[in-house]
Amino acid sequence: MKAALFIPCYVDAFFPEVGIATLELLERLGVEVDYPLDQTCCGQPMANSGCSDDAAATEALFVKNFSGYDYIVTPSGSCTHHVREHLTAIPQSEATLKVRRSTYELVEFVHDVLNVRKFPWAKFPHAVGLHNGCSSLRALRTAKMSEIEEPFFSKPLDLLSNVKGIRFVTPERPDECCGFGGTFSVFEEPVSAKMGHDKVADYQRAGAEYIVSADMSCLMHQKGCAERLGAAIKFIHIAQILNGARA
Amino acid sequence: MSRIDHSEASSKFIEAKDHLEFHDRRLWDLRKKRDRESEVLPEWEELRSLASAIKEHTLSHLADYLEEFERNAKRNGAQVHWARDAAEHNQIVFDIMSSNGANMLVKAKSMLTDECDMRPFLENRGIEVMETDLGERIQQLDDEPPSHIVVPAVHKLRGDVARVFSQTIGTDPDNSDVHYLAESQRQHTRPYFLRAGAGMTGANFAVAETGTVVVCTNEGNADLSVNLPKLYIASIGIEKIIPRIEHLGVFVRMLSRSALGSPITQLTSHFRAPREDTQMHVILVDNGRSERLGMADFWSSLKCIRCGACMNTCPVYRRSGGLSYGATYSGPIGVIIDPTFNLRKYSSLPFASTLNGSCTSVCPVKINIHEQIYKWREIIAKRHQLPFVKQEAMRIAGKVLSSPKLYRAAVETAGSSIDYLPRLMMYSRLNAWGRQREVPAAPELTFRQWYLQNRSKQ
Repeated sequence: MKAALFIPCYVDAFFPEVGIATLELLERLGVEVDYPLDQTCCGQPMANSGCSDDAAATEALFVKNFSGYDYIVTPSGSCTHHVREHLTAIPQSEATLKVRRSTYELVEFVHDVLNVRKFPWAKFPHAVGLHNGCSSLRALRTAKMSEIEEPFFSKPLDLLSNVKGIRFVTPERPDECCGFGGTFSVFEEPVSAKMGHDKVADYQRAGAEYIVSADMSCLMHQKGCAERLGAAIKFIHIAQILNGARA
Repeated sequence: MSRIDHSEASSKFIEAKDHLEFHDRRLWDLRKKRDRESEVLPEWEELRSLASAIKEHTLSHLADYLEEFERNAKRNGAQVHWARDAAEHNQIVFDIMSSNGANMLVKAKSMLTDECDMRPFLENRGIEVMETDLGERIQQLDDEPPSHIVVPAVHKLRGDVARVFSQTIGTDPDNSDVHYLAESQRQHTRPYFLRAGAGMTGANFAVAETGTVVVCTNEGNADLSVNLPKLYIASIGIEKIIPRIEHLGVFVRMLSRSALGSPITQLTSHFRAPREDTQMHVILVDNGRSERLGMADFWSSLKCIRCGACMNTCPVYRRSGGLSYGATYSGPIGVIIDPTFNLRKYSSLPFASTLNGSCTSVCPVKINIHEQIYKWREIIAKRHQLPFVKQEAMRIAGKVLSSPKLYRAAVETAGSSIDYLPRLMMYSRLNAWGRQREVPAAPELTFRQWYLQNRSKQ
């Protein structure tokens, strides 16, 4: 199987190790991975600010980069959500619609498309708190949300629970947004930072050594908060654990 | 009219640490109770779908059901008035009262009368208005609007209430016992029920089939307001109509569970007809609702039953307080309703959200609140109501991110990436990211640079 890898701008610039883990994990699972070199961003920062006109050229570039692929995989729930539901600043050509249909968040892709549950190389002997980003949880529906009455399910837990040695801790408010919210994080800084500080404290009280998530943007924000608070808690993307990172 | 600056207001709210912690905890507690109540009903999600469908049906046949309600209410002996806007509503109330020689109004809680700014209108014309709901009364005495549509004074600690009551109704300033305070308010209010020439309620539901006004309360004050004075006025937003009495059960089962996490309110009162020798008036108020009904992306906000569940679950609302929205309706539902009243004034509100979507998922009538918030952002940008700095930041971001060359120049020199993304985001406020957070460290290589060195086949 062949897939294109989309590494979101902030992962490219700040967290290359997450991109590398995603690439290596997909390759371990037998996927032939292309990385289109002219990629930048999906357009979400502008679109979420209401500026669809400013998002259009970036969205068009995204479609141009990825239109040749049946699967586009990215280690980000919110970018996937943007492409799937909100990539509407440009005309909805057949190519655009195909790209929108073909884009998957990494956990979804591994869980639903590759249908893999075993990661024999993975071992992570730590207490982790799983943070489901709001786009993954409530838009992509990768796990049961606490607000809805439905049977329990969790795609990230399905994958992580097969990692040797891993232990999960549950914070008091597992589904509470961490407060990143894209440009919200700076234009609504007081509330954003308070939410982030509260989130980190909740995981700490639950005894988490690590916060793990499929959404690096949430982790970037929480990590910034934790470091400022001097909290001894570490952050890791789910791709890194599934790819065999030990710490 | 000046713009509300939600971020600035929230910053003040957050500074009052004790208040903030209490507010967040108290409302989160309501959310948890709501979860427990919905969990015990296996048909909860079915009820939500049903409630949504009944509301959508009603709103798409609204004129018919309103006229049916009017016919039946009149048949019951009530007098029915139609108010196009807040001014007409307030004038009608005044005319009803003055033509009956009434100069004191005891009223139950109603967001609609706050929306219409009724109290100052009547008070300026010599009518005394007494709020009889405890929370609303606290807010009236403190000269503040309600901060929450169900628990109007939830942002206050009991010490604040002791201060307000001691300065206004003469309680002991050092006694902040909640029972003492509640009882004092009750004793203070009682004589007004007996003296008032008119009583008023809002409505949770108005049943077209029977012409009945249904009011759900916990304090008994609405029933006293209706049943003691000679004159009863019900002010009802036109979206409160439901077609048949059998539909009421669906909503009554969800309302208090969603609002307070209790199975039902203490009282569910059906006001159908005037008592002997008294008058019952019903005012059906539009005040922008018809216009909203015509808005393709926003009409379904009229399904709202004002339970406040979206506010209780909202992590932003819990940490900024209702007053920070500067509007009658705050929290997620306020964010999507307020711009219909004044787009410019409320243009910051749709940005007071992380788009997390929890509001949509708790909503008992399935309003797609966070999707409407997203839509409002587009409209606000298109109508040039974004702050200049944000507009510029997005214009620059759009240019850089649509050009592989500019993008790479911005992120690829080691160290310069630090300047790049955060700077785009920090455009408006000097280092807003870094005030309470560390900036991520720049790696040696971007992912793309690593890829070219390690993997590229070219």
